[in-house]
Amino acid sequence: MDDPVIAEGLTKTFKVPVRQAGLRESVKSLFRRQFRYVEAVKEVGFRIPAGEIVGFLGPNGAGKTTTIKMLTGLLHPTSGDARVLGYQPWKRDKDLLRRIALVMGQRNNLQWDLPAADSFLLNKAIYGVPDGVFRERLDDYVDRLEVGALLDKPVRNLSLGERMKMEIIAAMLHGPEVVFLDEPTIGLDVTMQRRLRQFVLDQNKEEGVTVLLTSHYMADVSALAERVIVINQGSLLYDGALTGLSNRFSSHKTIRVEASDLPADLDGLGRVVDRNSAQATLEVERDRVSEVASKLLSAATVTDLSIEDPPLEEVIDRVFSGR
Amino acid sequence: MTTENRFSLVRYYAAGARTGFQRDLQYRMATFMVLVGFLIEPVVYLSVWSAVARAQGGMVGGFDEGQLAAYYVVWTLVRVYNTAFDPKAWEWRIRQGRINTFLSQPVHMFHRDFSFFMGSKIAWTILWIPIAVVLTLVFRPSIEWHVVNVAAFAIAIWGGYAVRFLVLYVMGMINFWTTRGAAMFGIVSALELIFSGRLVPLQLLPDWAESISTWLPFRWTFQFPIEVLIGRLDTTQIAAGIGYQAAWAAGLGLLFTVVWRRAIRRYEAVGN
Repeated sequence: MDDPVIAEGLTKTFKVPVRQAGLRESVKSLFRRQFRYVEAVKEVGFRIPAGEIVGFLGPNGAGKTTTIKMLTGLLHPTSGDARVLGYQPWKRDKDLLRRIALVMGQRNNLQWDLPAADSFLLNKAIYGVPDGVFRERLDDYVDRLEVGALLDKPVRNLSLGERMKMEIIAAMLHGPEVVFLDEPTIGLDVTMQRRLRQFVLDQNKEEGVTVLLTSHYMADVSALAERVIVINQGSLLYDGALTGLSNRFSSHKTIRVEASDLPADLDGLGRVVDRNSAQATLEVERDRVSEVASKLLSAATVTDLSIEDPPLEEVIDRVFSGR
Repeated sequence: MTTENRFSLVRYYAAGARTGFQRDLQYRMATFMVLVGFLIEPVVYLSVWSAVARAQGGMVGGFDEGQLAAYYVVWTLVRVYNTAFDPKAWEWRIRQGRINTFLSQPVHMFHRDFSFFMGSKIAWTILWIPIAVVLTLVFRPSIEWHVVNVAAFAIAIWGGYAVRFLVLYVMGMINFWTTRGAAMFGIVSALELIFSGRLVPLQLLPDWAESISTWLPFRWTFQFPIEVLIGRLDTTQIAAGIGYQAAWAAGLGLLFTVVWRRAIRRYEAVGN
Protein backbone atom coordinates (compact mmCIF):
# COMPACT_ATOMS: atom_id res chain seq x y z
CA MET A 1 0.00 0.00 0.00
CA ASP A 2 1.19 3.51 -0.82
CA ASP A 3 2.07 6.02 1.87
CA PRO A 4 -1.04 7.80 3.17
CA VAL A 5 0.46 11.28 2.77
CA ILE A 6 2.49 12.21 -0.29
CA ALA A 7 3.43 15.74 -1.32
CA GLU A 8 5.37 16.33 -4.54
CA GLY A 9 6.65 19.76 -5.51
CA LEU A 10 3.76 21.49 -3.73
CA THR A 11 3.79 25.19 -4.48
CA LYS A 12 1.33 27.87 -3.48
CA THR A 13 1.56 31.43 -4.71
CA PHE A 14 -0.84 34.07 -3.39
CA LYS A 15 -1.71 37.25 -5.27
CA VAL A 16 -1.72 39.95 -2.62
CA PRO A 17 -2.99 43.52 -3.17
CA VAL A 18 -0.46 46.17 -2.16
CA ARG A 19 -0.90 49.86 -1.50
CA GLN A 20 1.33 52.50 0.02
CA ALA A 21 0.03 54.47 2.97
CA GLY A 22 -1.61 57.87 2.47
CA LEU A 23 -4.67 59.46 0.91
CA ARG A 24 -3.10 59.90 -2.50
CA GLU A 25 -2.26 56.21 -2.70
CA SER A 26 -5.81 55.34 -1.59
CA VAL A 27 -7.27 57.35 -4.48
CA LYS A 28 -4.72 55.92 -6.90
CA SER A 29 -5.61 52.38 -5.87
CA LEU A 30 -9.23 53.06 -6.84
CA PHE A 31 -8.19 53.24 -10.47
CA ARG A 32 -5.17 50.98 -10.58
CA ARG A 33 -4.79 48.22 -8.07
CA GLN A 34 -1.35 46.82 -7.63
CA PHE A 35 -0.51 43.30 -6.65
CA ARG A 36 2.47 41.29 -5.74
CA TYR A 37 2.93 37.56 -5.73
CA VAL A 38 3.92 35.81 -2.54
CA GLU A 39 5.27 32.28 -2.74
CA ALA A 40 3.97 30.83 0.52
CA VAL A 41 5.11 27.29 -0.26
CA LYS A 42 7.83 26.40 -2.74
CA GLU A 43 8.31 22.94 -4.20
CA VAL A 44 7.70 21.12 -0.94
CA GLY A 45 7.80 17.34 -1.14
CA PHE A 46 7.67 14.54 1.42
CA ARG A 47 6.03 11.20 2.16
CA ILE A 48 4.60 10.00 5.44
CA PRO A 49 4.21 6.25 5.89
CA ALA A 50 1.17 4.82 7.68
CA GLY A 51 1.27 5.06 11.44
CA GLU A 52 4.05 7.65 11.62
CA ILE A 53 3.94 10.88 13.60
CA VAL A 54 5.84 13.67 11.87
CA GLY A 55 6.59 17.04 13.39
CA PHE A 56 6.21 19.89 10.92
CA LEU A 57 8.32 22.80 12.08
CA GLY A 58 8.81 26.34 10.93
CA PRO A 59 8.58 29.89 12.21
CA ASN A 60 5.41 31.97 11.78
CA GLY A 61 4.66 32.50 8.11
CA ALA A 62 6.94 29.63 7.03
CA GLY A 63 4.16 27.93 5.04
CA LYS A 64 3.17 25.17 7.49
CA THR A 65 -0.53 25.99 7.65
CA THR A 66 -0.69 26.62 3.89
CA THR A 67 0.81 23.17 3.32
CA ILE A 68 -1.65 21.59 5.73
CA LYS A 69 -4.51 23.41 4.02
CA MET A 70 -3.42 21.97 0.69
CA LEU A 71 -3.18 18.48 2.18
CA THR A 72 -6.67 18.75 3.68
CA GLY A 73 -8.23 20.12 0.49
CA LEU A 74 -8.83 23.69 1.65
CA LEU A 75 -6.41 25.17 -0.85
CA HIS A 76 -5.61 24.29 -4.43
CA PRO A 77 -1.86 24.33 -5.08
CA THR A 78 -0.46 26.62 -7.76
CA SER A 79 1.63 23.68 -8.92
CA GLY A 80 2.77 20.29 -7.71
CA ASP A 81 0.73 17.35 -6.56
CA ALA A 82 -0.36 15.62 -3.39
CA ARG A 83 -2.09 12.41 -2.45
CA VAL A 84 -3.73 11.74 0.90
CA LEU A 85 -5.00 8.19 1.28
CA GLY A 86 -4.72 7.96 -2.49
CA TYR A 87 -6.87 11.04 -3.20
CA GLN A 88 -5.97 14.48 -4.49
CA PRO A 89 -7.12 16.39 -1.42
CA TRP A 90 -8.44 19.51 -3.19
CA LYS A 91 -10.99 17.37 -5.05
CA ARG A 92 -12.49 16.86 -1.59
CA ASP A 93 -13.75 13.37 -2.22
CA LYS A 94 -16.20 12.48 0.53
CA ASP A 95 -14.45 9.19 1.19
CA LEU A 96 -11.22 11.08 1.89
CA LEU A 97 -12.92 13.64 4.14
CA ARG A 98 -14.48 10.82 6.16
CA ARG A 99 -11.04 9.33 6.78
CA ILE A 100 -9.07 12.40 7.84
CA ALA A 101 -9.33 15.00 10.59
CA LEU A 102 -8.06 18.53 10.90
CA VAL A 103 -7.60 20.23 14.25
CA MET A 104 -6.57 23.87 14.22
CA GLY A 105 -5.64 25.00 17.70
CA GLN A 106 -6.76 28.54 17.07
CA ARG A 107 -10.15 27.65 15.62
CA ASN A 108 -13.23 26.47 17.43
CA ASN A 109 -15.00 23.62 15.65
CA LEU A 110 -17.52 22.91 18.37
CA GLN A 111 -20.97 24.42 18.86
CA TRP A 112 -20.08 27.39 21.03
CA ASP A 113 -23.37 27.68 22.92
CA LEU A 114 -24.04 23.99 23.48
CA PRO A 115 -22.33 21.34 25.58
CA ALA A 116 -19.57 19.50 23.70
CA ALA A 117 -21.66 16.31 23.93
CA ASP A 118 -24.07 17.86 21.39
CA SER A 119 -21.22 18.59 18.97
CA PHE A 120 -20.09 14.99 19.34
CA LEU A 121 -23.57 13.79 18.37
CA LEU A 122 -23.51 16.07 15.35
CA ASN A 123 -20.12 14.69 14.32
CA LYS A 124 -21.52 11.19 14.76
CA ALA A 125 -24.14 12.07 12.13
CA ILE A 126 -21.67 13.89 9.85
CA TYR A 127 -19.40 10.85 9.70
CA GLY A 128 -22.10 8.20 10.09
CA VAL A 129 -20.47 6.57 13.11
CA PRO A 130 -22.58 3.60 14.32
CA ASP A 131 -24.10 3.93 17.80
CA GLY A 132 -22.04 1.20 19.48
CA VAL A 133 -18.72 2.39 18.04
CA PHE A 134 -19.53 5.99 18.94
CA ARG A 135 -20.43 5.13 22.54
CA GLU A 136 -17.37 2.94 22.98
CA ARG A 137 -14.96 5.56 21.59
CA LEU A 138 -16.57 8.42 23.45
CA ASP A 139 -16.43 6.60 26.79
CA ASP A 140 -12.81 5.69 26.17
CA TYR A 141 -11.69 9.19 25.13
CA VAL A 142 -13.65 10.93 27.87
CA ASP A 143 -12.09 8.60 30.39
CA ARG A 144 -8.55 9.08 29.08
CA LEU A 145 -8.80 12.85 28.89
CA GLU A 146 -10.75 13.07 32.15
CA VAL A 147 -13.52 15.29 30.84
CA GLY A 148 -16.57 13.33 32.04
CA ALA A 149 -17.70 16.14 34.33
CA LEU A 150 -17.46 18.70 31.52
CA LEU A 151 -19.59 17.00 28.89
CA ASP A 152 -22.77 18.86 29.79
CA LYS A 153 -21.13 22.25 30.16
CA PRO A 154 -21.56 24.72 27.26
CA VAL A 155 -18.35 25.02 25.26
CA ARG A 156 -18.21 28.77 25.85
CA ASN A 157 -17.85 28.06 29.58
CA LEU A 158 -14.86 25.73 29.17
CA SER A 159 -11.28 26.81 29.70
CA LEU A 160 -8.96 26.81 26.67
CA GLY A 161 -7.39 23.53 27.75
CA GLU A 162 -10.74 21.87 28.38
CA ARG A 163 -12.00 23.07 25.02
CA MET A 164 -8.95 21.69 23.23
CA LYS A 165 -9.51 18.30 24.83
CA MET A 166 -13.06 18.38 23.48
CA GLU A 167 -11.80 19.48 20.05
CA ILE A 168 -9.44 16.51 19.95
CA ILE A 169 -12.21 14.12 20.98
CA ALA A 170 -14.52 15.55 18.30
CA ALA A 171 -11.77 15.09 15.70
CA MET A 172 -11.08 11.48 16.68
CA LEU A 173 -14.60 10.08 17.13
CA HIS A 174 -14.96 9.00 13.51
CA GLY A 175 -11.70 7.06 13.64
CA PRO A 176 -9.63 9.09 11.16
CA GLU A 177 -6.67 7.35 9.55
CA VAL A 178 -4.74 10.59 9.02
CA VAL A 179 -4.87 13.51 11.43
CA PHE A 180 -3.52 17.00 10.79
CA LEU A 181 -2.85 18.83 14.04
CA ASP A 182 -2.07 22.51 13.60
CA GLU A 183 -0.81 23.96 16.89
CA PRO A 184 -3.05 21.75 19.03
CA THR A 185 -1.44 22.78 22.30
CA ILE A 186 -1.14 26.51 21.68
CA GLY A 187 -1.79 28.52 24.83
CA LEU A 188 -2.18 25.46 27.07
CA ASP A 189 -0.43 24.92 30.38
CA VAL A 190 2.24 22.23 30.70
CA THR A 191 -0.04 19.64 32.31
CA MET A 192 -2.69 20.06 29.67
CA GLN A 193 -0.08 19.86 26.90
CA ARG A 194 1.24 16.62 28.36
CA ARG A 195 -2.26 15.14 28.61
CA LEU A 196 -3.04 15.93 24.96
CA ARG A 197 0.32 14.64 23.78
CA GLN A 198 -0.23 11.35 25.56
CA PHE A 199 -3.65 11.03 23.98
CA VAL A 200 -2.28 11.59 20.49
CA LEU A 201 0.52 9.12 21.17
CA ASP A 202 -1.96 6.49 22.38
CA GLN A 203 -4.12 6.97 19.28
CA ASN A 204 -1.06 6.50 17.15
CA LYS A 205 0.09 3.36 18.97
CA GLU A 206 -3.32 1.72 19.40
CA GLU A 207 -5.13 2.75 16.22
CA GLY A 208 -2.16 3.30 13.92
CA VAL A 209 -3.25 6.88 13.18
CA THR A 210 -0.85 8.82 10.95
CA VAL A 211 -0.21 12.30 12.32
CA LEU A 212 1.26 15.47 10.83
CA LEU A 213 1.78 17.88 13.69
CA THR A 214 2.78 21.51 13.70
CA SER A 215 3.72 23.11 16.98
CA HIS A 216 5.88 25.88 18.30
CA TYR A 217 6.44 23.84 21.44
CA MET A 218 9.48 21.66 21.00
CA ALA A 219 8.27 19.52 23.90
CA ASP A 220 5.32 18.46 21.71
CA VAL A 221 7.58 17.54 18.86
CA SER A 222 10.21 15.71 20.90
CA ALA A 223 7.54 13.78 22.82
CA LEU A 224 5.60 12.68 19.76
CA ALA A 225 7.72 12.67 16.64
CA GLU A 226 10.83 10.77 15.73
CA ARG A 227 10.88 12.48 12.37
CA VAL A 228 10.63 16.19 11.64
CA ILE A 229 10.15 18.23 8.51
CA VAL A 230 11.50 21.77 8.76
CA ILE A 231 10.22 24.48 6.48
CA ASN A 232 11.25 28.12 6.30
CA GLN A 233 10.14 30.86 3.91
CA GLY A 234 8.12 28.25 2.06
CA SER A 235 11.03 25.92 1.33
CA LEU A 236 11.83 22.58 2.86
CA LEU A 237 15.05 22.76 4.86
CA TYR A 238 15.20 19.39 6.52
CA ASP A 239 13.38 16.08 6.48
CA GLY A 240 14.75 13.43 8.75
CA ALA A 241 15.21 12.09 12.24
CA LEU A 242 14.68 14.51 15.09
CA THR A 243 18.00 13.39 16.49
CA GLY A 244 19.71 14.27 13.22
CA LEU A 245 18.55 17.86 13.39
CA SER A 246 21.36 18.87 15.72
CA ASN A 247 24.00 17.13 13.58
CA ARG A 248 22.77 18.97 10.54
CA PHE A 249 22.21 22.43 11.91
CA SER A 250 24.39 22.71 14.99
CA SER A 251 28.15 22.80 14.63
CA HIS A 252 28.80 22.22 18.32
CA LYS A 253 27.97 20.06 21.31
CA THR A 254 27.81 20.87 24.98
CA ILE A 255 30.28 19.27 27.43
CA ARG A 256 29.50 19.47 31.14
CA VAL A 257 32.31 18.51 33.45
CA GLU A 258 32.59 18.22 37.23
CA ALA A 259 36.04 18.07 38.86
CA SER A 260 37.52 19.37 42.08
CA ASP A 261 40.69 20.50 40.29
CA LEU A 262 39.46 22.02 37.04
CA PRO A 263 42.24 23.81 35.13
CA ALA A 264 42.08 27.57 35.47
CA ASP A 265 42.21 28.13 31.71
CA LEU A 266 39.58 26.28 29.68
CA ASP A 267 39.36 28.80 26.84
CA GLY A 268 41.55 26.78 24.51
CA LEU A 269 39.12 23.85 24.71
CA GLY A 270 35.95 25.62 23.65
CA ARG A 271 33.62 28.44 24.51
CA VAL A 272 33.04 28.53 28.26
CA VAL A 273 29.33 28.99 28.79
CA ASP A 274 29.34 28.63 32.56
CA ARG A 275 31.85 27.72 35.23
CA ASN A 276 32.51 27.72 38.95
CA SER A 277 35.24 26.12 41.02
CA ALA A 278 34.07 22.52 40.56
CA GLN A 279 31.97 22.59 37.41
CA ALA A 280 32.12 23.94 33.87
CA THR A 281 29.96 23.94 30.76
CA LEU A 282 31.72 24.22 27.41
CA GLU A 283 30.45 24.65 23.88
CA VAL A 284 32.73 22.57 21.70
CA GLU A 285 32.88 22.09 17.93
CA ARG A 286 31.58 18.68 16.95
CA ASP A 287 34.80 17.40 15.42
CA ARG A 288 36.76 18.32 18.55
CA VAL A 289 34.43 16.71 21.10
CA SER A 290 36.43 13.54 21.75
CA GLU A 291 39.72 15.44 21.78
CA VAL A 292 38.41 17.95 24.34
CA ALA A 293 36.85 15.20 26.46
CA SER A 294 40.18 13.34 26.58
CA LYS A 295 42.04 16.49 27.53
CA LEU A 296 39.61 17.20 30.35
CA LEU A 297 39.83 13.63 31.65
CA SER A 298 43.61 13.75 31.69
CA ALA A 299 43.93 17.29 33.07
CA ALA A 300 41.64 16.92 36.07
CA THR A 301 40.12 14.42 38.49
CA VAL A 302 36.80 14.25 36.74
CA THR A 303 33.83 13.01 38.79
CA ASP A 304 31.26 13.50 36.04
CA LEU A 305 31.35 14.36 32.36
CA SER A 306 28.46 14.52 29.91
CA ILE A 307 28.32 15.32 26.19
CA GLU A 308 24.99 16.62 24.91
CA ASP A 309 23.45 18.05 21.80
CA PRO A 310 22.30 21.64 22.29
CA PRO A 311 18.64 22.02 23.30
CA LEU A 312 16.18 21.56 20.43
CA GLU A 313 14.85 25.09 20.84
CA GLU A 314 18.35 26.44 20.28
CA VAL A 315 18.90 24.33 17.18
CA ILE A 316 15.55 25.35 15.74
CA ASP A 317 16.24 28.98 16.49
CA ARG A 318 19.55 28.62 14.67
CA VAL A 319 17.81 27.05 11.67
CA PHE A 320 15.10 29.70 11.45
CA SER A 321 17.38 32.65 11.96
CA GLY A 322 19.90 31.28 9.46
CA ARG A 323 22.77 31.51 11.92
CA MET B 1 -11.76 1.92 11.34
CA THR B 2 -13.81 4.30 9.19
CA THR B 3 -15.04 1.61 6.83
CA GLU B 4 -17.74 0.76 9.35
CA ASN B 5 -19.13 4.29 9.20
CA ARG B 6 -22.47 4.66 7.38
CA PHE B 7 -23.64 8.15 6.50
CA SER B 8 -27.34 8.92 6.11
CA LEU B 9 -28.52 12.34 4.95
CA VAL B 10 -31.83 11.90 6.77
CA ARG B 11 -30.05 11.14 10.05
CA TYR B 12 -27.75 14.09 9.41
CA TYR B 13 -30.72 16.44 8.87
CA ALA B 14 -32.26 15.17 12.10
CA ALA B 15 -29.00 15.81 13.98
CA GLY B 16 -28.51 19.23 12.37
CA ALA B 17 -32.09 20.27 13.13
CA ARG B 18 -31.75 19.03 16.70
CA THR B 19 -28.60 21.13 17.13
CA GLY B 20 -30.30 24.22 15.70
CA PHE B 21 -33.32 23.63 17.95
CA GLN B 22 -31.15 23.21 21.05
CA ARG B 23 -29.02 26.23 20.22
CA ASP B 24 -32.01 28.55 19.96
CA LEU B 25 -33.70 27.16 23.03
CA GLN B 26 -30.45 27.67 24.93
CA TYR B 27 -31.04 31.40 24.50
CA ARG B 28 -34.83 31.22 24.71
CA MET B 29 -35.15 34.62 26.38
CA ALA B 30 -33.07 36.30 23.67
CA THR B 31 -35.02 34.46 20.99
CA PHE B 32 -38.29 35.50 22.60
CA MET B 33 -37.18 39.14 22.71
CA VAL B 34 -36.28 39.02 19.00
CA LEU B 35 -39.77 37.70 18.35
CA VAL B 36 -41.29 40.51 20.37
CA GLY B 37 -39.14 42.89 18.30
CA PHE B 38 -40.64 41.34 15.17
CA LEU B 39 -44.06 42.51 16.42
CA ILE B 40 -43.39 46.23 16.17
CA GLU B 41 -43.26 46.20 12.38
CA PRO B 42 -46.57 44.35 11.68
CA VAL B 43 -48.41 46.14 14.48
CA VAL B 44 -47.51 49.50 12.89
CA TYR B 45 -48.59 48.29 9.44
CA LEU B 46 -51.79 46.80 10.85
CA SER B 47 -52.71 49.99 12.71
CA VAL B 48 -52.18 52.11 9.59
CA TRP B 49 -54.10 49.87 7.21
CA SER B 50 -56.91 49.23 9.68
CA ALA B 51 -57.36 53.01 9.96
CA VAL B 52 -57.37 53.30 6.15
CA ALA B 53 -59.94 50.49 5.93
CA ARG B 54 -62.16 52.17 8.50
CA ALA B 55 -61.87 55.50 6.65
CA GLN B 56 -62.96 53.76 3.42
CA GLY B 57 -66.00 52.16 4.97
CA GLY B 58 -64.39 48.98 6.26
CA MET B 59 -62.46 47.64 3.25
CA VAL B 60 -59.07 48.31 1.65
CA GLY B 61 -57.73 46.42 -1.36
CA GLY B 62 -60.25 43.64 -0.75
CA PHE B 63 -59.29 43.21 2.93
CA ASP B 64 -61.64 44.01 5.80
CA GLU B 65 -60.27 44.77 9.26
CA GLY B 66 -60.46 41.17 10.45
CA GLN B 67 -58.66 39.91 7.33
CA LEU B 68 -55.97 42.55 7.72
CA ALA B 69 -55.51 41.42 11.31
CA ALA B 70 -55.29 37.80 10.13
CA TYR B 71 -52.76 38.81 7.49
CA TYR B 72 -50.45 40.47 9.98
CA VAL B 73 -50.81 37.84 12.71
CA VAL B 74 -49.81 35.08 10.27
CA TRP B 75 -47.16 37.55 9.02
CA THR B 76 -45.34 37.16 12.36
CA LEU B 77 -45.05 33.40 11.90
CA VAL B 78 -44.00 33.62 8.26
CA ARG B 79 -41.39 36.19 9.22
CA VAL B 80 -39.89 33.59 11.56
CA TYR B 81 -39.74 31.06 8.73
CA ASN B 82 -38.14 33.64 6.46
CA THR B 83 -35.03 34.04 8.59
CA ALA B 84 -32.05 32.28 7.07
CA PHE B 85 -28.26 32.43 6.84
CA ASP B 86 -27.78 35.91 5.40
CA PRO B 87 -24.89 37.42 3.40
CA LYS B 88 -23.60 39.32 6.44
CA ALA B 89 -23.17 36.01 8.24
CA TRP B 90 -21.36 34.69 5.18
CA GLU B 91 -19.00 37.63 5.30
CA TRP B 92 -18.21 36.88 8.95
CA ARG B 93 -17.81 33.19 8.27
CA ILE B 94 -15.31 33.74 5.46
CA ARG B 95 -13.34 36.43 7.31
CA GLN B 96 -13.06 34.29 10.43
CA GLY B 97 -11.95 31.25 8.47
CA ARG B 98 -14.92 29.30 9.86
CA ILE B 99 -15.52 27.90 6.42
CA ASN B 100 -12.36 25.76 6.75
CA THR B 101 -13.97 23.48 9.29
CA PHE B 102 -17.00 22.88 7.11
CA LEU B 103 -14.94 22.31 3.97
CA SER B 104 -12.89 19.66 5.73
CA GLN B 105 -16.04 17.68 6.58
CA PRO B 106 -17.76 15.22 4.26
CA VAL B 107 -21.17 16.96 4.33
CA HIS B 108 -21.84 20.04 2.22
CA MET B 109 -22.29 23.09 4.42
CA PHE B 110 -25.58 23.81 2.64
CA HIS B 111 -27.09 20.80 4.42
CA ARG B 112 -25.56 21.92 7.67
CA ASP B 113 -27.05 25.40 7.50
CA PHE B 114 -30.38 24.33 6.05
CA SER B 115 -30.94 21.71 8.73
CA PHE B 116 -29.78 24.02 11.55
CA PHE B 117 -32.28 26.66 10.51
CA MET B 118 -35.02 24.03 10.21
CA GLY B 119 -34.47 23.09 13.85
CA SER B 120 -34.28 26.72 14.79
CA LYS B 121 -37.74 27.31 13.21
CA ILE B 122 -39.26 24.68 15.49
CA ALA B 123 -37.81 26.37 18.57
CA TRP B 124 -39.03 29.78 17.40
CA THR B 125 -42.50 28.43 16.60
CA ILE B 126 -42.86 27.16 20.17
CA LEU B 127 -41.91 30.59 21.49
CA TRP B 128 -44.21 32.26 18.94
CA ILE B 129 -47.36 30.53 20.24
CA PRO B 130 -47.91 32.78 23.30
CA ILE B 131 -47.29 35.84 21.12
CA ALA B 132 -49.89 34.61 18.61
CA VAL B 133 -52.41 34.12 21.43
CA VAL B 134 -51.94 37.71 22.63
CA LEU B 135 -52.13 39.08 19.07
CA THR B 136 -55.33 37.10 18.44
CA LEU B 137 -56.97 38.41 21.60
CA VAL B 138 -55.98 42.00 20.81
CA PHE B 139 -56.62 42.22 17.06
CA ARG B 140 -59.41 39.61 16.55
CA PRO B 141 -58.27 38.22 13.18
CA SER B 142 -60.87 36.53 11.01
CA ILE B 143 -59.65 33.29 9.48
CA GLU B 144 -61.83 30.65 7.84
CA TRP B 145 -60.22 27.40 8.88
CA HIS B 146 -60.07 24.68 6.22
CA VAL B 147 -58.11 21.48 6.48
CA VAL B 148 -56.82 21.94 2.92
CA ASN B 149 -55.56 25.44 3.71
CA VAL B 150 -53.81 24.33 6.88
CA ALA B 151 -52.18 21.40 5.08
CA ALA B 152 -51.16 23.61 2.15
CA PHE B 153 -49.84 26.23 4.58
CA ALA B 154 -47.59 23.60 6.17
CA ILE B 155 -46.07 23.02 2.74
CA ALA B 156 -46.05 26.68 1.66
CA ILE B 157 -44.33 28.01 4.77
CA TRP B 158 -41.50 25.48 4.44
CA GLY B 159 -41.41 26.12 0.69
CA GLY B 160 -41.08 29.81 1.44
CA TYR B 161 -38.24 29.05 3.84
CA ALA B 162 -36.45 26.97 1.21
CA VAL B 163 -36.73 29.69 -1.44
CA ARG B 164 -35.60 32.50 0.86
CA PHE B 165 -32.79 30.38 2.24
CA LEU B 166 -31.55 29.82 -1.30
CA VAL B 167 -31.91 33.50 -2.27
CA LEU B 168 -29.76 34.53 0.70
CA TYR B 169 -27.34 31.66 0.22
CA VAL B 170 -26.71 32.58 -3.42
CA MET B 171 -26.27 36.22 -2.37
CA GLY B 172 -23.87 35.12 0.34
CA MET B 173 -21.58 33.77 -2.39
CA ILE B 174 -20.80 37.36 -3.40
CA ASN B 175 -18.58 37.49 -0.31
CA PHE B 176 -16.14 35.14 -1.98
CA TRP B 177 -15.34 37.95 -4.45
CA THR B 178 -15.83 41.04 -2.33
CA THR B 179 -16.01 41.76 1.35
CA ARG B 180 -18.86 44.18 0.66
CA GLY B 181 -21.59 41.61 0.05
CA ALA B 182 -23.60 43.09 2.91
CA ALA B 183 -24.10 46.35 0.96
CA MET B 184 -25.79 44.52 -1.90
CA PHE B 185 -27.91 42.65 0.62
CA GLY B 186 -29.21 46.04 1.81
CA ILE B 187 -30.46 46.91 -1.69
CA VAL B 188 -32.11 43.54 -2.22
CA SER B 189 -33.71 43.73 1.24
CA ALA B 190 -35.37 47.01 0.30
CA LEU B 191 -36.81 45.45 -2.87
CA GLU B 192 -37.88 42.43 -0.89
CA LEU B 193 -39.71 44.56 1.65
CA ILE B 194 -41.95 45.91 -1.10
CA PHE B 195 -42.33 42.95 -3.43
CA SER B 196 -42.78 40.23 -0.82
CA GLY B 197 -45.93 41.56 0.80
CA ARG B 198 -44.09 42.21 4.03
CA LEU B 199 -44.65 45.96 4.02
CA VAL B 200 -48.18 45.76 2.76
CA PRO B 201 -50.35 43.11 1.03
CA LEU B 202 -49.45 43.24 -2.65
CA GLN B 203 -53.11 43.91 -3.61
CA LEU B 204 -52.68 47.36 -2.06
CA LEU B 205 -49.80 48.21 -4.42
CA PRO B 206 -50.30 49.54 -7.98
CA ASP B 207 -51.07 46.81 -10.55
CA TRP B 208 -47.63 47.06 -12.17
CA ALA B 209 -45.92 46.41 -8.84
CA GLU B 210 -48.10 43.41 -8.14
CA SER B 211 -47.32 42.06 -11.63
CA ILE B 212 -43.59 42.43 -11.04
CA SER B 213 -43.90 40.60 -7.71
CA THR B 214 -45.20 37.50 -9.52
CA TRP B 215 -41.88 37.18 -11.33
CA LEU B 216 -39.68 37.68 -8.28
CA PRO B 217 -39.12 35.03 -5.61
CA PHE B 218 -40.08 37.20 -2.64
CA ARG B 219 -43.88 36.98 -2.97
CA TRP B 220 -43.66 33.19 -2.83
CA THR B 221 -41.63 33.27 0.34
CA PHE B 222 -43.85 35.69 2.23
CA GLN B 223 -47.31 36.71 1.06
CA PHE B 224 -48.16 33.40 -0.55
CA PRO B 225 -48.05 31.28 2.67
CA ILE B 226 -50.03 33.96 4.52
CA GLU B 227 -52.76 34.02 1.88
CA VAL B 228 -52.93 30.24 1.87
CA LEU B 229 -53.71 30.09 5.60
CA ILE B 230 -56.12 33.00 5.79
CA GLY B 231 -58.15 31.51 2.97
CA ARG B 232 -57.73 34.08 0.22
CA LEU B 233 -56.64 31.58 -2.43
CA ASP B 234 -58.55 28.78 -4.14
CA THR B 235 -57.10 25.32 -4.70
CA THR B 236 -55.81 26.17 -8.18
CA GLN B 237 -54.03 29.27 -6.92
CA ILE B 238 -52.53 27.31 -4.04
CA ALA B 239 -51.24 24.62 -6.39
CA ALA B 240 -49.84 27.27 -8.73
CA GLY B 241 -48.12 29.04 -5.82
CA ILE B 242 -46.50 25.83 -4.62
CA GLY B 243 -45.45 25.27 -8.23
CA TYR B 244 -43.80 28.72 -8.30
CA GLN B 245 -42.00 27.90 -5.03
CA ALA B 246 -40.78 24.58 -6.44
CA ALA B 247 -39.59 26.28 -9.64
CA TRP B 248 -37.76 29.00 -7.72
CA ALA B 249 -36.19 26.46 -5.37
CA ALA B 250 -35.03 24.35 -8.31
CA GLY B 251 -33.71 27.36 -10.25
CA LEU B 252 -31.92 28.85 -7.26
CA GLY B 253 -30.59 25.43 -6.28
CA LEU B 254 -29.11 25.08 -9.75
CA LEU B 255 -27.71 28.61 -9.65
CA PHE B 256 -26.19 27.92 -6.24
CA THR B 257 -24.51 24.75 -7.51
CA VAL B 258 -22.89 26.68 -10.37
CA VAL B 259 -21.87 29.70 -8.29
CA TRP B 260 -20.62 27.53 -5.41
CA ARG B 261 -18.18 25.71 -7.68
CA ARG B 262 -16.69 29.01 -8.82
CA ALA B 263 -16.73 30.49 -5.32
CA ILE B 264 -14.94 27.57 -3.82
CA ARG B 265 -12.39 27.52 -6.63
CA ARG B 266 -11.69 31.15 -5.81
CA TYR B 267 -11.45 30.36 -2.10
CA GLU B 268 -9.02 27.53 -2.87
CA ALA B 269 -6.89 30.00 -4.77
CA VAL B 270 -7.00 32.81 -2.23
CA GLY B 271 -7.62 31.00 1.05
CA ASN B 272 -8.08 32.43 4.50
